[in-house]
Amino acid sequence: MRLEQWIYTIPLRLRALLLRNRLDSELDEEIRDHLDRQIEFNLARGMDPDQARLAALRSLGNPALLRDQTRATWNWNGLEQLMHDMRIGIRTLSRTPGFTLVAILVMALGIGANVALFTVVRSVLLKPLPYSDPGRLVLIYEADYDQPHPAPWLPVDAGSFWDWQRSTQALAQMALVSPFQGYNVSGEGGKLPEVVEAAWCTDNFFSLLGVQPMMGRSFTPDDDRPGAPAVAMITASFWKRRYASDPAITGKTIWLDAKPYTIIGVLPPTFVYSGAFGGGADQIWTPVRHEAPASLLHTYGDHEFLAIARLAPGVSLTTLEARVDALQKQIKAAHPEPAVHAGAISRTMLDDAVHNYKTPLYALLGATGCVLLIACMNVAGLLVARAASRSKEFAIRAALGGGRMRLIRERLIESLLLSASGGALGLLLAWAALAWLIHARHDMNRVEAIHFDGMAAVFTLAVIFLCALFSGLISAYNSGRGNILAGLQEGSRSHSGGRSRGLLRRLLLSAEVGLTVVLLVGAGLLLKSFQHLRSSDLGVPVDNVLTLRLGLPDARYKQDEQKIAFFEQLIARVRALPGVSSTGLVSAAPGEGWNGDDLMSIVEHPPLPKGKGLDFMLRGADPGYFSAIGLPILRGRTFNEDERGKRANVVLISRGAAQQYFPGEDPIGKHLKTIDEGGVWTVIGVVGDVRWNVAQPPNPTLYWPIYGNGYSFGTIVVRAPHDVESLAVPVQKIVAQLDPDLPVSNVMTLREAIGKSTIDSEFDSVLVLAFAIIALVLAAAGLYGVLAYLVAQRLVEFGIRLALGAQRNALLSHLLLDGLKPALAGLLIGLPASAAVVRLIRSMLYETEPLDPVVFAAVAGLLLFVAIAACLAPAWYASRLDPMRTLRTE
Amino acid sequence: MSKPSDLVQGTLDLLVLKILALEPLHGWALSQRLKQVSGDVLQVSDGSLYPALHKLEQQGWIHAEWKPTENNRRAKFYSLTRLGRRYLEKEAANWERISTAISGVLRLTEV
Repeated sequence: MRLEQWIYTIPLRLRALLLRNRLDSELDEEIRDHLDRQIEFNLARGMDPDQARLAALRSLGNPALLRDQTRATWNWNGLEQLMHDMRIGIRTLSRTPGFTLVAILVMALGIGANVALFTVVRSVLLKPLPYSDPGRLVLIYEADYDQPHPAPWLPVDAGSFWDWQRSTQALAQMALVSPFQGYNVSGEGGKLPEVVEAAWCTDNFFSLLGVQPMMGRSFTPDDDRPGAPAVAMITASFWKRRYASDPAITGKTIWLDAKPYTIIGVLPPTFVYSGAFGGGADQIWTPVRHEAPASLLHTYGDHEFLAIARLAPGVSLTTLEARVDALQKQIKAAHPEPAVHAGAISRTMLDDAVHNYKTPLYALLGATGCVLLIACMNVAGLLVARAASRSKEFAIRAALGGGRMRLIRERLIESLLLSASGGALGLLLAWAALAWLIHARHDMNRVEAIHFDGMAAVFTLAVIFLCALFSGLISAYNSGRGNILAGLQEGSRSHSGGRSRGLLRRLLLSAEVGLTVVLLVGAGLLLKSFQHLRSSDLGVPVDNVLTLRLGLPDARYKQDEQKIAFFEQLIARVRALPGVSSTGLVSAAPGEGWNGDDLMSIVEHPPLPKGKGLDFMLRGADPGYFSAIGLPILRGRTFNEDERGKRANVVLISRGAAQQYFPGEDPIGKHLKTIDEGGVWTVIGVVGDVRWNVAQPPNPTLYWPIYGNGYSFGTIVVRAPHDVESLAVPVQKIVAQLDPDLPVSNVMTLREAIGKSTIDSEFDSVLVLAFAIIALVLAAAGLYGVLAYLVAQRLVEFGIRLALGAQRNALLSHLLLDGLKPALAGLLIGLPASAAVVRLIRSMLYETEPLDPVVFAAVAGLLLFVAIAACLAPAWYASRLDPMRTLRTE
Repeated sequence: MSKPSDLVQGTLDLLVLKILALEPLHGWALSQRLKQVSGDVLQVSDGSLYPALHKLEQQGWIHAEWKPTENNRRAKFYSLTRLGRRYLEKEAANWERISTAISGVLRLTEV
């Protein structure tokens, strides 16, 4: 239509849209006027009144048809019909509120879960990082397959990094960062002292990411050198929390580890560093060359850093990786020490941040997808059942000339109404789920990026339409088929009709059960894995143990003797607290992380080849630690009080170390030697194995006296007969009395610590289990619904059969078997499908094989049990019919 | 007598527009006029007239207006719009061209 015509007809269009009723009455008047005039005309030609009227009516034809045809030429006719169908849809749906409510709830669950998961996957896994041109940012790690713990993705040593940076200037800019640092922030101006996670970085780190400070300035090369004035940048959240958004913060002094630093800038609120090695909670940033000890900055053997690179235009990740890998091989050739790694490997920064969440999140998205599919099938099944009970109505409408498309459209609109209401409710669910997730999983990288945005809205709409189309078309296809006459005849007498409809519902059900089986198997495996993780033995009794961590700043505790005196005084006062049964000090408690290892050799054994050594995890402990944590001394003895300082050359080793490194001999009295420095230690005892991480097997471990091996930090372990939590405050008060400026961190019970490290597993398994249960309930409802419908259709038949002497139990088992068929078929599809799918979640499983026969058997058993329970009620009802009453109803 | 040929598609529109170009008319008068001018050759059922009129109105080619008539009654009078007049001219010219061409073909004598 031409523009001029469009403009010209706007008033008409508006009239047709807004004044529909007036158009109707005007059309009636127009037709009446025509008839009147024709009648007058006929009368004038000499007809008698009746004849005149009939002739006029005849010449005009069917007035209803005329009205319809005329209305069809009006604008908005399609919209009007749509509104009409919607009104009918709402009316039919509200006639069966139970059905409608169930269908909407089912859809809401499915859509809500999917929208929430989609939003999370998109925000966390797919959205670019909040840096400039983030696609060119990569992380480079070292890799070594020739170590006691062969692994790629190893942190980087500063020595190698400087070499890389020098030799790849044409390929990429590189920055060094160590995001796992921490400072004791002193309590100045009435504020509490606290331990704050922090990062060291090279001066080019922020400019490489493209992050500008919101206040003040970024680091310059002049800040990033030994002996420069001490400066620090802080995050916006730290600035808000600790300095109440002080607008004059730059230039002020902050005391870190009892040394003064000048705050030179505040990072923008959008800035967060998240990587596979953490850093999301870092709040203070300092220049690495000013902070790190000189030895650490030049060694090739101490891996305390991560390397970030921005690829130059036209350079690919693989080019850079190949170059750095070759460099690292040269470095290894020049420095053949065992601690130097022999290769390099890289991935994009986004990959690095979300690598650990990829599989779980996609698995969860898959699970919610299954739930949605099941929900759609269930609603389709319900619609099919409804269509079956309305088949007569549809047949009559078709016989009266109702267009097939119009009928199908009505069904589609019905299912669209259901899924749209479900979607609206689902959005609320999704919103609540996201709020909960952000609250519950604050530990997850990029959780701050989760937002419901336009894309998620589009996704919601798409899901709503797809669901409507899926469930509507299945039921429409099903009811539109078959000839009208059969529909009219059926229903006039009850017989075993609707066979084909039954078949379609059974197919849907089988698919539903199959998906449910997959979900149940996944949930079962994750749950089993979680249980393994929870029950995995740390090596010590975990109840009623409290741990508190503190670090003494070198600036105030300059001499080792000062540190030892502080710790000893602290332990003595904690031990004297009422309610404390024992206490000890250790460099890292079980489950508290890696915390350092070293390569040793045994003096009494033949020398190892150059560059080889026996790997021990290193722990400093005080004499009371073993009894406080409950670690049994299997042989030998613990340290004496005087084995400290210069006399601290004794060690206890773990049972694993004894078995692995001293096979068939007594380790007591043997001597260990570090392979680079040459100190010698005498083995005086053997203790039990403990895990450094709940999910990892115990490593061979070596304990030496914490007093005398240069420790300035430690974890206090407090054991009490009961209510150990109540001791947290008294212990912190003792610390504050000894040094009011010393913050305490990681105050938690051993059990809480385990819970924290198993939260991923718990989260995934509980969520998938919830989805599996929803699926199971839906499948059970489906099984029940189909059999109940079948029974209701064939009541008379059963009545006759019973009247003729059929055995009630035979009828019961026949019906049960009939109803169970879809479940059995679903099981047959579902079990092999699960076997294929669970391989994808292998990385999420802990000490659990993907093809765990117990889980598969349990799932099959549970499913059959639920299916039988669902089918029993209608089958029982049919087999206990009173034949006389049934026959009379006919 | 053979059944009068159905109106060629779109021809009714053309006839209606042409008649309304002469003077505004209401529906019944228009149907009478159609019968008058075309004799009995073109039989337009009264029933098909109203959908045609409403369609032309929605397209903006004719304008409808309620006007009082004799005996205190009122009727819906249709008149041609500027757009309609232009459309009529174009379509009439078209019709001329086509019918000339067709008659030309039909007048060909066999050799």
